[in-house]
Amino acid sequence: MKATGASLAETGRYLRRSLTQSLRLMVGMPDYDTYLSHMARTHPGQEAMSYEAFFRERLEARYGGGKGRCC
Amino acid sequence: MHSIRRHLVWLVVAMVGAFALGTVALSRGESINALWIVVAAICTYLIAYRYYSLFIATRVLGLDGKRKTPAHRHNDGLDYVPTDKNVLFGHHFAAIAGAGPLVGPVLAAQMGYLPGLLWILGGVVFAGAVQDFIVLFISTRRDGRSLGDLIKQEMGTVPGMIALFGTFMIMIIILAVLALIVVKALAESPWGTFTVAATIPVALFMGVYLRYIRPGRIGEISVIGFVLLMAAIFGGQAVSQSPVWGPMFTFDGKALTWMLIGYGFIAASLPVWLLLAPRDYLSTFLKIGTIIALAIGIVFVAPTLQMPAVTQFAQGNGPVWSGNLFPFLFITIACGAVSGFHALISSGTTPKMLDNELNARFIGYGGMLAESFVAVMALVAAACIDPGVYFAMNSPAALVGSTPEAVAQTISGWGFAVTPDMLLQTAKDVGETTILGRAGGAPTLAVGMAHILHQVIGGQAMMAFWYHFAILFEALFILTAVDAGTRAGRFMLQDLMGSFVPALKRTDSLPANLTATFLCVAAWGYFLYQGVVDPLGGINTLWPLFGISNQMLAAVALMLGVVVLFRMKRERYAWVAAAPAAWLLVCTLTAGWQKIFSADPKVGFLSHAAKYADGLAQGVLIAPAKTPEAMARIVFNDRLDAGLCALFIFVVLSVLVYSVRTCLAARRAHQPTARETPFEPMAAA
Repeated sequence: MKATGASLAETGRYLRRSLTQSLRLMVGMPDYDTYLSHMARTHPGQEAMSYEAFFRERLEARYGGGKGRCC
Repeated sequence: MHSIRRHLVWLVVAMVGAFALGTVALSRGESINALWIVVAAICTYLIAYRYYSLFIATRVLGLDGKRKTPAHRHNDGLDYVPTDKNVLFGHHFAAIAGAGPLVGPVLAAQMGYLPGLLWILGGVVFAGAVQDFIVLFISTRRDGRSLGDLIKQEMGTVPGMIALFGTFMIMIIILAVLALIVVKALAESPWGTFTVAATIPVALFMGVYLRYIRPGRIGEISVIGFVLLMAAIFGGQAVSQSPVWGPMFTFDGKALTWMLIGYGFIAASLPVWLLLAPRDYLSTFLKIGTIIALAIGIVFVAPTLQMPAVTQFAQGNGPVWSGNLFPFLFITIACGAVSGFHALISSGTTPKMLDNELNARFIGYGGMLAESFVAVMALVAAACIDPGVYFAMNSPAALVGSTPEAVAQTISGWGFAVTPDMLLQTAKDVGETTILGRAGGAPTLAVGMAHILHQVIGGQAMMAFWYHFAILFEALFILTAVDAGTRAGRFMLQDLMGSFVPALKRTDSLPANLTATFLCVAAWGYFLYQGVVDPLGGINTLWPLFGISNQMLAAVALMLGVVVLFRMKRERYAWVAAAPAAWLLVCTLTAGWQKIFSADPKVGFLSHAAKYADGLAQGVLIAPAKTPEAMARIVFNDRLDAGLCALFIFVVLSVLVYSVRTCLAARRAHQPTARETPFEPMAAA
């Protein structure tokens, strides 16, 4: 009984997380936590960008380069 | 025994789908329920995904789950990020689905719903989804390079440059035609104009909020923005009923054209965070929400289709756009069946985020199936309004007259019974003074959506709200596309012109940027203006140009697929890409040829120009032109459009020649010559 409850809650968390991530990625904003863990894992010496800096960087990358989107 | 049982459930799906499709196709005389179409479409997608896309994945392309993808190889947490496949599916879908799948099917409904439906289903399974999948695969194996780079790499520099130039021209036509849709929807509509204009201050506020007040809080500001948008719809209602404010927001097409051109120039020159980004958030979320709402609405309401399965206009001579079913149906519905622009997306951000090569099937093929479903829903929405109303909205005044009485009489004469009262009542229901001459798809779709959604929420009283909600939703993402597209066009132009005048290449120089932006806006603005003053409604001219160029780009992308398959030494499977490429070449070259040389002035640009040139020579005015200058302008524009068509034909034929040469060279080689990034195994998790 308990196991099902835990897995249900887990599924719920996964769904909510995926949904948020999808919505943010739709407007070009990758997951910040993923970025942080990537920086911690592969560039432990370097300082990671703050969320605000990350946000600005991604915004420029999405719209600044003049990439087209579909009709 | 086990393997048979595995296929049993799919056999059931296939039978249900075949039965639904049979019901749709064979019902004559009695009107059928839209759910049959929905069931037929979904079963087709399921079968195609389960079998055909699996065949492509395993046999044709040989996807390798052990091969390192660019997301892992270059992982930087920013551009290259291994992403959950469901999350990436959402990203990819949001990038490919726009106005295209909503407009094309609505325009194609003049032939009845059946031809459009069959092309959407057949096209997506064998052409559109295949293209998206193959390009995604090719780009993923080459570090996520763009389509232009891929063509350069696999075929040579010259075809690469030609394809890039073709893409730029397609972009210009797309921007013009999208802007035309907005003009058609907002002309003489104070409600719509106010609502859409209000999105500018709303977006500016959101931009400032995200930059300075609460940086990066996308979720909360989007909710605030959404609430403000809904308030703008109600504000528009108040404005349209006010004797003072109403006239201030009532404009004709020409005035709106100049406003859009000015808007395009200013918007594309502002910093991206101020207007473009916040507007993009709103339009993306609204788009996804509306698509889901429409799907729920169709299933919940289960509307009956009013449009006949096939109308007499399948023989050609339709009022919305002229030309026969072949080849013009196949260029009218591009997005939803097959769209070349997707090749740019599939070789853009998506391949950089694929967690595993095997996911390319779900994202590339599956993503396109989802877009196709959007097109099917648009077709349903257009087919469930009264055909008389449909033709009244989409026929140009030069053909059917401009008063409700005249229009009702002409259209009833075609066999679609409609009364002036019905036309006035429909306009009143949706809160407008007139619905006549609103070709372009958006208003028709809005009436259809209002027809469906008011039965779910709000009842008759909310119909006008839903209509303007739908107009707002389309205008919002079209304006985003105009802004983003002008910027993209500017970069392409600077890149192309930079080869001759190096100073123009500098994207950090303000004069260079403003010059390129101005040229870009002037180019699409010219076609937009031409479309707005076109007596036959503009759509009749611009949409085929858009369709031809977009389908040609698809043919180019599929030819790239053929070339890569040959270079991989998998040429025995090359038909998977070669067959749809050949079909698209046949359609687009025939359509292009007819648009230039057809003797029917309604179809052929040159014969239309000749008609007016003769009139000029003999000193007679040909309606609807009112002056000799107007006639001279028509002649010039016709010849310009013919030249553009010829240019597109040249682009696609030269890519064809290069493809054949490259394929022959690849056949002679004894080992694979495809230039993939060398194999690296995926690191153990």
